[in-house]
Amino acid sequence: MEVFGIWVAAFLTLCIYSFLYRDNPFYRFAEHLFVGISVGYLIVIGIHQGVIPLTWEPLSKAMSALWTEIIGETTPETRQALWGLFKIIPIAIGLLFFARLSPRHTWLIRIPIAILIGFGAGAAIPNMLQANIFKQTHGTIAPFADINAGTLSTWDTFGAVLMVVGVMCTLTYFFFSVEHRGPINWLSKVGIAFLMIGFGAAFGNTVMGRVALMIHRVGFLINEWLGSFGALF
Amino acid sequence: MLEKFMNMDRRIIFMLVALVVIIPTLIPVRLPITVSEPTQKLYDYIEALPSGSTIIMAFDYGPSSLAEPEPMAKAVMQHCFSKGVKVIGMTLYPNTPTLADKLMQRIAAENNAVYGEDYVFLGYRPGALQVILGMGTDISSVFETDYEKTAIAEIPMMENITNYDQIDLLLDLASGSTTETWIIYANTRYGLKIAAGVTAVIIAQMYPYLQSGQLVGMMPGYLGAAEYEKLLNAPGDGTVGLNTASFAHLLIIGLVILGNIAFFIHQRREA
Amino acid sequence: MKRQIPLALCFLFGIAMIFTQFSPHSYSQAVYKEVINWGLIISPFALVLAVVTLIQTHATRIRLRTEHWQYSLIVFVGMIVMVLIGVPDGPQNSVFVWLYDNVQVPMDATMFSLLAFFIASAAFRAFRARSFEATLLLIAAMLVMMGNVPVGDLVWNKLISWIPGSDSPESWVNSTANGASGIRQWILDVPNLAARRGIILGVSLGVISQSIRIILGIERSYLGGGD
Repeated sequence: MEVFGIWVAAFLTLCIYSFLYRDNPFYRFAEHLFVGISVGYLIVIGIHQGVIPLTWEPLSKAMSALWTEIIGETTPETRQALWGLFKIIPIAIGLLFFARLSPRHTWLIRIPIAILIGFGAGAAIPNMLQANIFKQTHGTIAPFADINAGTLSTWDTFGAVLMVVGVMCTLTYFFFSVEHRGPINWLSKVGIAFLMIGFGAAFGNTVMGRVALMIHRVGFLINEWLGSFGALF
Repeated sequence: MLEKFMNMDRRIIFMLVALVVIIPTLIPVRLPITVSEPTQKLYDYIEALPSGSTIIMAFDYGPSSLAEPEPMAKAVMQHCFSKGVKVIGMTLYPNTPTLADKLMQRIAAENNAVYGEDYVFLGYRPGALQVILGMGTDISSVFETDYEKTAIAEIPMMENITNYDQIDLLLDLASGSTTETWIIYANTRYGLKIAAGVTAVIIAQMYPYLQSGQLVGMMPGYLGAAEYEKLLNAPGDGTVGLNTASFAHLLIIGLVILGNIAFFIHQRREA
Repeated sequence: MKRQIPLALCFLFGIAMIFTQFSPHSYSQAVYKEVINWGLIISPFALVLAVVTLIQTHATRIRLRTEHWQYSLIVFVGMIVMVLIGVPDGPQNSVFVWLYDNVQVPMDATMFSLLAFFIASAAFRAFRARSFEATLLLIAAMLVMMGNVPVGDLVWNKLISWIPGSDSPESWVNSTANGASGIRQWILDVPNLAARRGIILGVSLGVISQSIRIILGIERSYLGGGD
């Protein structure tokens, strides 16, 4: 079964790679099969790792606890489980997502969306302020404490100064409320230079990332697929 | 002649790329690797953890990016098991649970680690922000059972684990923006120490967090995996992959230079 | 009402998340945990809806017999097979795992590995040093590429070995050994860091101001059109 699996994987891999020659039915078949299998996988995971543990199980525990309460066989655990009945409210709100399927009641989907968006926005404000504004600003200025203490080498001091210059100039480039003329124009040009170096670094790293994926697939084809010929013959 | 060269069929370039990857795969080459500071920092942090510590490993990458994070996971888990550090696995990506579960099992089997005592895989829950914040208050409120549907309360290594206060490090193996989400919410709100093993595409955007101390260490792509393997003295897929990647990099650098030389000659002639 | 209720809920949940961040009081923390639980319960339904929408799209293509509708049939077959195997037994089912391991993972990985070929093709055909900025980008890219792989340091060390004085261990030349990876590290540690930090600061200020606008109901685009 394992060898059969390797051959199936190798066949589909070569179907995808056939696109490099030109678009063809093998590639389209593999592409659409991949979409179908992926969506099926997402449905299964969504149900077994999302809906069941977070909604179905707590609710069914609460329902059995309610039944136990009704027939008079209460225990502290069942009393505790009764609180799960309140989960009916967020479950009902979550079910409103499916209102999208009815044109007349589509507006109901705004309720769960608004809750999730409000949740995200409220969580973002204090945490992003702390993590991405205060701590990043602190990180920009902190090396100057080391410069003052004399613990940084000349080269590191130069790097720290260059970093501050780069941050200020990059921020100046993104400041579109003021016309980029005179000194602002020069600062923003320096900012662009820093941005180009940053994007160049990102591209250089992206090459490694993309090549890594290819090495992994070629490794599979050579080591596992061609290696399986030995097992077969 | 020059126009022909500049407009050559891209399938010739595809063939060259295939050759520079296939040949080193068939004839492996060993090249010396220099360890960079971010990987060294991560290694030193885990090396300093006492036996009995617990880390969370978040497998936040999909099958489309598994080439780089997998050798990182292997190297770090090997390091943890050798030191008696326990590993809790989980993922924020819906198409990764099966991949992560099998990977943890494979690495654990290679290191004689026992499920439930040395490692556990919790699985996936939807809503990254809610999961990260929820685990900070109570892990069992998010993951009442593990991936195999065993109650968390019945897993020996989870006995004294309630939330991030009992976790010594979270290592995010990421291909997207999840590391920033972990830093912004888990590190800022709960003080959880975060480290990252990122695919090459997002290496550049992690450096501000490294410098500010919000990341304790980082493995940058294949290079990071190979460096960590070197520190462990256990060369693996990262080392092999990086050596193979060397030649592809040389090819691409050569193509950029050739393309620009042809472009400038063409420009001169037009002028 | 169709817009007021969602706006009010957005405000309530947003304010709850902000206030509970700063109050360690037990009531505040209870509210915080409850809000997170609500978010955890509502989220799976969004995932299910996304899948249902995708199914609708392909079903329409099959029904209307649009171009290449047969491929939409393949999508359905793949999906139904996974659902029929995985839903009753769970994602640990061996056939389900086999399909994931030998169909989904290889194809997902291979799709993205195609990019390696296209990046090489683009490197030859499109990456031109047409301007100062483009030249900076290309030089930074090539220095980082050389530093990323061991062959970069190998070439660097070979080159410096030709410099007079390199045979002496104390020579300044030998202090620049492994310079390719050193240059790469410096580019990432200083100019790249500065640019990225500028972007982080700018984007974060934008996200924070947008979040405030959303909570206060000034920004309403998430409600969609209509009444």
